[in-house]
Amino acid sequence: MERHSGTCPLTRRQIVDEYFIESRNRLLEIAAFLDRLERAAPESAERDFRVQAFEAALRLLCDDEPARVQRVQMLLSDPSTQLKAKLDQKSATGAHDHWCGEEL
Amino acid sequence: MRYIDHHAHMVSRTTDDYHQMALTGCVAVTEPAFWPGWDRLSAEGFEDYFRHITDFEPKRAAKYGIGHYCWLCLNPKEGEDRELARQVLGRIPHYLECPTVLGIGEIGVNRVTRNEVETFNDHVALALEHRQLILIHTPHLEDKWKGTRVIIEALGQRPEMEPGRVLIDHAEEHTIEMILENGFWTGLTLYPQTKVSLSRAADMIEIYGPERICVASACDWGASLPLAVPEFVLEMRRRGHSEALIDKVVYQNPVEFLGQSPNFRLQN
Repeated sequence: MERHSGTCPLTRRQIVDEYFIESRNRLLEIAAFLDRLERAAPESAERDFRVQAFEAALRLLCDDEPARVQRVQMLLSDPSTQLKAKLDQKSATGAHDHWCGEEL
Repeated sequence: MRYIDHHAHMVSRTTDDYHQMALTGCVAVTEPAFWPGWDRLSAEGFEDYFRHITDFEPKRAAKYGIGHYCWLCLNPKEGEDRELARQVLGRIPHYLECPTVLGIGEIGVNRVTRNEVETFNDHVALALEHRQLILIHTPHLEDKWKGTRVIIEALGQRPEMEPGRVLIDHAEEHTIEMILENGFWTGLTLYPQTKVSLSRAADMIEIYGPERICVASACDWGASLPLAVPEFVLEMRRRGHSEALIDKVVYQNPVEFLGQSPNFRLQN
């Protein structure tokens, strides 16, 4: 499917002017979340697949490849199309366990 | 600016919300049948709910000059119970006669189970039998890609189904392409944390263009924003987008999709 580029009327400088402060704030929130995890009792987030996915997503953000949002979304997604035999729980958790408890 | 919120669970909202929506330009809302946060015990519970959204809610909205329309179904969160689904589906045709019903929705899947898919297929069959529009819920978070793929494959099994009469809602960056490529309409739901933010919605309009894309608040009983669509308008203006483009997304597109139902009539 065709993706358009250059369709945001703002220049790069204007985007930075508009969005830097709020993005900076979100960056600090992520840093604080990781610090909070580190301060917590060791067993609370250890080997939690959600944290593994989160850390993998952070590494992905630092590469120079495009479509970061799609790639983060897929990293957090169940990539299969296999139907569950029955309902396991009502709500989603936010991340798929790609690692099945193994370290990345 | 005038706008239509095609996905708003107004039974969960206060009259003050209707007031604020009217003040910000809302001319119509459409209310998909939904999960109340707990499972209903019987088909009678659904029947009361259908009466609520086909009779009481349009009257409440009309006091603020807002048109209220709805969609009927047993929602995906309760779709695992096949017997309950069978009973509820049997009661829906009667309500399709109501003058503000636009179609079947929001159907779909939740955790993408076999039973949920069967219940989804039964709803699609009902919609096609009665020539109704279809509004589809896609799952949340890690289940979204999988659920969207399974839904599109299931719809592909029905050659009589017209993609232009189906809106697959709650699209995000990893699902929007497969929805649009297959000819469906899609919705970006502006819901805090678990769906699409204002800025990401504007990004997707910029990347994919405005054709067959609508935006909605998906406001419900959870933390949500009934004024999310006018907030999206502000986000688009913040970037310097034209009023014509914004009007297409928040008003003309929903009119084009919803207008395929003879029951959708906007007052001048």
